[in-house]
Amino acid sequence: MLELENVHAFYGKAHILGGLSFTVGRGEVVALLGRNGAGKTTTMKSVMQLVRPREGRVVFQGADLVGRPAFRVAKAGLGYVPEERRIFTDLTVLENLEVGRQPTREGAPSWSVERLFELFPNLAERRGNRGKAMSGGEQQMLTIARTLMGNPLLLLLDEPSEGIAPIIVEQMAATILELKAEGLTVVISEQNLHFARAVADRAIIIEGGEKKFDGPFAELDARPEVSDAYLAV
Amino acid sequence: MAFFLAQILNGLANASALFLVASGLSLIFGVTRVVNFAHGSFYMLGAFIGVTLMEMLPGHVGFWGAILLTGLAVGLIGAIVEMIVLRPIYRAPELFQLVATFGVILVIQDLALMIWGAADRMGPRAPGLRGVVRLWGEPIPKYDLALIAITPLVLLGLWYLITRTRVGILIRAATQDREMVGALGVNQAWLFTGVFALGSALAGLGGALQLPKGGADLLMDFNILGPAFVVVVIGGMGSLPGAFLAAILISVLGVFGVTYLPQSTLVLMFVVMAIVLIVRPYGLLGREEVAGEHGQVGRPEPPIRPYGQTARLVVMALVGALLLLPLVAETFVQILVIDIVIFALFAASLHFILGSGGLVSFGHAAFFGGGAYAAALLVRHASAPMEVAFLLAPLLAGVLALGIGWFCIRLSGVYFAMLTLAFSQLVWSVAFQWRSVTGGDDGMISIWPAAWLSDTTSYYYFTLLFGIGGILLLRHAIHAPFGYALRAGRDSPRQAEAMGIDVKRIQLAAFTLAGAMAGLAGGLFVFAKGSVFPTELEIARSFDALIVVFLGGVKTLAGGVVGATFLTGVEDWLSRLQYWRLLLGLLIIGVVIVAPEGIVGAVRGAWMRWRGSAPGLKSKGGAAT
Amino acid sequence: MTEILRVERLVKSYDGFLAVNGVSFSVAEGELKALIGPNGAGKTTCFNMLMGQIRPTSGDVFLGAERITGMRPRRVWRKGVGRTFQITGTYQTMTVIENVQMALLSHHRRLFDLRSRAWKLFRGEAFEFLRIVGMAEQADRPCSELAYGDLKRLDLAIALTHRPRLLLMDEPTAGMAPSARVELMRLVAEIVAEQGVSVLFTEHDMDVVFAHAHHIMVLNRGELIADGDAAAVRRNPKVQEVYLGGGTLFAAEDANA
Repeated sequence: MLELENVHAFYGKAHILGGLSFTVGRGEVVALLGRNGAGKTTTMKSVMQLVRPREGRVVFQGADLVGRPAFRVAKAGLGYVPEERRIFTDLTVLENLEVGRQPTREGAPSWSVERLFELFPNLAERRGNRGKAMSGGEQQMLTIARTLMGNPLLLLLDEPSEGIAPIIVEQMAATILELKAEGLTVVISEQNLHFARAVADRAIIIEGGEKKFDGPFAELDARPEVSDAYLAV
Repeated sequence: MAFFLAQILNGLANASALFLVASGLSLIFGVTRVVNFAHGSFYMLGAFIGVTLMEMLPGHVGFWGAILLTGLAVGLIGAIVEMIVLRPIYRAPELFQLVATFGVILVIQDLALMIWGAADRMGPRAPGLRGVVRLWGEPIPKYDLALIAITPLVLLGLWYLITRTRVGILIRAATQDREMVGALGVNQAWLFTGVFALGSALAGLGGALQLPKGGADLLMDFNILGPAFVVVVIGGMGSLPGAFLAAILISVLGVFGVTYLPQSTLVLMFVVMAIVLIVRPYGLLGREEVAGEHGQVGRPEPPIRPYGQTARLVVMALVGALLLLPLVAETFVQILVIDIVIFALFAASLHFILGSGGLVSFGHAAFFGGGAYAAALLVRHASAPMEVAFLLAPLLAGVLALGIGWFCIRLSGVYFAMLTLAFSQLVWSVAFQWRSVTGGDDGMISIWPAAWLSDTTSYYYFTLLFGIGGILLLRHAIHAPFGYALRAGRDSPRQAEAMGIDVKRIQLAAFTLAGAMAGLAGGLFVFAKGSVFPTELEIARSFDALIVVFLGGVKTLAGGVVGATFLTGVEDWLSRLQYWRLLLGLLIIGVVIVAPEGIVGAVRGAWMRWRGSAPGLKSKGGAAT
Repeated sequence: MTEILRVERLVKSYDGFLAVNGVSFSVAEGELKALIGPNGAGKTTCFNMLMGQIRPTSGDVFLGAERITGMRPRRVWRKGVGRTFQITGTYQTMTVIENVQMALLSHHRRLFDLRSRAWKLFRGEAFEFLRIVGMAEQADRPCSELAYGDLKRLDLAIALTHRPRLLLMDEPTAGMAPSARVELMRLVAEIVAEQGVSVLFTEHDMDVVFAHAHHIMVLNRGELIADGDAAAVRRNPKVQEVYLGGGTLFAAEDANA
C-alpha cells in the first residue's frame, strides 16, 4: 500500500534520511523504532511531503507522492498526526474536527463526529471547549480524531505516547487496536517499546536514516543483539 | 447638544470606509501574516474604478451595482497580486512580504496615473440620497445615514462568515497553523488567495462607498494607510469587532479634533494609539501574540562569523576606492556617494535592531530626522559651532530613542512596530506644527558646516570617516557579547531570562544605540544638505530604511548597507524617467521574488554553491581557539 | 539532610480555576527527586512558579533560607537555580559552544561588553561543560542542525554553567529513545553525586523515574497525593488509579527495589 524507495531527505544541510526503503501492507500496524534523531519523524514528514525528499520515491496506492503539495497527499488518503499534536487551540473541539473533515473514501473506514465521540468519550464531554483548555492527553486524542475525520486509508502517528500519562497510554493502545480492527493501516513511530509491542505487528528499526531491521517482534526478541545495538533499553 | 450629536453622526459615517479597509487589512494579516502596505492602493483603485463604473451605469441600480462590481473587480485584482507577487515568497523571512507590497504600491500609483490622470475626481452623489435630513435641527446628509446603516451589516456578515461557516473555521485554523491545515487536506494556497481577494474587495468597497463624500485622487492610498493600520492595531490585530470599535473611535475623535483642536488633527489618532497600546499592549479586543506560535518561517540563519580573507579584501578594496574617488570623480558623484553613505549608516542602524534584535521599527526616521533637527536647532537657536552641534546630534537622538524605547520595548512584533510608528508621528508633528522653533513645513535652512568642511571633497571625507566609522561600530557591536545577548533575546527570550539576561534592558540599550547611530546619520545629512524639513521625520523615510534592510537581506550583516547602496543608486538613475515609480516597483518586486533572502543572502547562497561547501564554520572554530 | 528548596502551600489560580492547590514539599541537598502526575495536573505550572516565570497566587518558595517567591527568572538564576525546559529553547542562530558561552557571559556579567569578540571569551570553560555532557565534538556545529537528544544534552550543559545548587528539569528525557534516556539520566545522577547539586524533575517515562529518582511526588489536579520512595508510590492505590494504570506499559521491576 505504501512503499518508500531509496528516500533521501535533508533538514537544512543535515542529511537525515540516507536511502530509506520499506513497505507497508494494507491493514498492517507497523512501528518505526529507533533512537532519537534516527530519522523517524523525518520519515513521516517525507511521506506527507512536509519535508521534500531530494531523491527516491514515496509510492502510495501506485502513485508517486514526491513533489506534491501536502494537501494533495492528504487527499490521496494519508492521515498525519504530528508529534507536537498541533491542535488549533483557539477553535473548539467540534471546529477542530471540522477542519479535518473530508469526503468519505472508498476502501477506508468512514468517520463521523458521532462515531469519533464513541471512540473518544472524553472528547464528547468537551465538544464546545476550546483546544487550549484541554489537557495533553485530551489534545492527543483530539489530534487523532481530527485526522480520522479525513477518512484516511493509512494513518501516520508520530510518537502518540510521548508526554502522556501511563494510564492514557493504555487507552491509546486500545484505541489503535480498535482502528486496526476497522481495517485501517497504521504506521506509528515510537520510543516506547512496550507500547509499540502492544499495538504493532511488525517493527522497522531506523538508525542514522537507514533501515537496520524489519520484521515481526518475535524475530526482534530472538535477536537481542539488534535491539541492544539500536534500541539498547 | 444638537451640534454635538450631528458631529457624532458625521464621525460614524466616516468610520464606514475606514472600517471596511481596516477589516480587510486585519483579515489578510490574520491568515497570511502579511502586513499589506498595498491595502491603501486597493482602496484607491476602488474609488477610481467606482467613479468610472458609476459614470457608465445609470440610476439607483447603476450606483449600487457599480459599488458591488467595484468590490468584485478589486477583489480580483487582489487575487492576481497575491498569486503573482506573494505566493512565491510566503516562505521568505517574516515581514519580508511587506517589501513586495511596497513595490505594489509604487506600481499601482503609476498605473492609476496612466489610466485616470493626475486630476482629482469628484464622486457622483447617490441617487435618492442627495439631500439632507434635519435631526435636532442640524442638517445630516442622507448618504451619511445610509453609510451608518451599512457598516454594522458588513460587520455582521463578516462575523457570520468567520464564526459560523466552514470557510471561516478553516480561516481561523490557518491563522494559527497553516502547515497543519494543509496536512489535513485543505488547499491552503487557495485559502490564502481567497482571503486576500476578500480583504482587497473590502478595501475596494470602502473606496467606492466613500465616493459621494470624498471622491477619488492619487494620494488616497497613503492617506488611508496610516488610519487603517492605527484602527487595526487599536482594535487588536485580527479582531473584526475590535476594528469596528476602533474605526468609530478614531473617526468620531477625528471629527471633534477638526472642530475643537484643529492643530491636533495630524497626530490625534497616533496619540490615541500610543495611549491604547501603553494601557492595553494588544489592542482593545486583541489577544497576546505568542512568539513562535505561527512557526518560524524560513530556515534559521547560520551562525554569524567574521569575514574571511576574501570578503575582508573586497571591503578594504571598496573603502580604498572610495578614498581615491575624489581624485577622479566630479562633484555630483561625490555628492551621490555622500548620500549613499549617510543612507547606508541610517539603514545599518535599523538593521542592527531588526536583524540582531528582531525589533521591527516602523518609526526609525524619528531618530534620523531627530539627529538632523537637533543639530539644526543647536546651530540656529544656541549658536553652537557646527562641530559641537554635529557631535551632540547622535547624543540627543540617543536620548530620544531611550525615551521612546522605554515605552515601546514592552511590546513585541507588529504592536511594537506600530507604537514606534506612533511616536515617530508625534515627533514629526512637533517639527511640523511648532513653527516658531522648527520653522514648520518651511524647515530650517542655511545650516552649513564649518569653514574647513565647506568644500564638497572635505565634507566627502568627513562623511566617509563618520559614516563608515559608524557602520563598523555597529558591526563590531554585533560580534561583541552585547550583540550576542541581543540575539539570544531574539532567538529565545524564555531561555535568555532563565540564564540571567535582562532581555528588555538589552533591547532598550540596543534601541538607544541604533537611535544614536541614526542620529549620527541625521547629523551628517543636515550639514550635507544645509537644511532639514519635516519630510526627514515622515513615515515614508522610516519605510525607506525598512525596505532597503529587507531588500539587502535581514539575515545577513551587510544587508542594510548593500540595500541602501542599491536603492539610492537605482533611484538616482530611475527618477529621471517619467513613470519611474512603476519601474522601481517592478524592480523591487522582481528582486523580492528572485532573491527572497535579500541581495546579500542571494549572493552568499550563490557563493556557497559555487564553492560547493557548507558554511566554513570550522575555520572560525580554528581561528578562535 | 539540609533542605535546599522548601515550598509552602503554593497556590496558583486562573480565574478561579486552581491549577496548583496548596502544594508543600521540600528537596534535600544532593537529592534527585521526581514530580509526576497526569497531564494538566499542574507540574509545569509548579515549575514555572519555582523559577519565577509565573507568580504564585499565594504560598512561598524558599531557596535555602532565602525567600524567592515571585522573583524574576533571571534573579532566581543568579541565586543558583538552573533550569532545563521540556521544549528546549537553545539559540538557533548560534553554534553549540556559543550557546554555552552565552550563559557564561551572563554568569560573568559581561553582557553589556561592546568591545570584545564574544566567541573568544570563555571558550575553554565552555568546552569543559560540553565535555561533561559529551557534546565536545559537536562544539562548532550550528545549533539548528542538532538532533533532538543532543539539544537536550546541550540544554543540560547550559544549565550547569553557573554551578547551580538546584536544577529544575522539565521532562528531561521527553522525545528521546530509551537508550538515550538511560544515558542522560545516568549523567544527571553522576552530576548530582559529584557536584552535590539537587535535582527536581518531571517525567512521564516511569522506567526513568523508578530507576533514578530517590524520592517521588505525585501531583493530581493541583494537589500532592503522594510523596515517598518508589515502592511506596507504586503501591499507592490512589496513584495507580489516577496515573499509573495497570502498569503493563513500563518495565516491571524498579532499580531501587
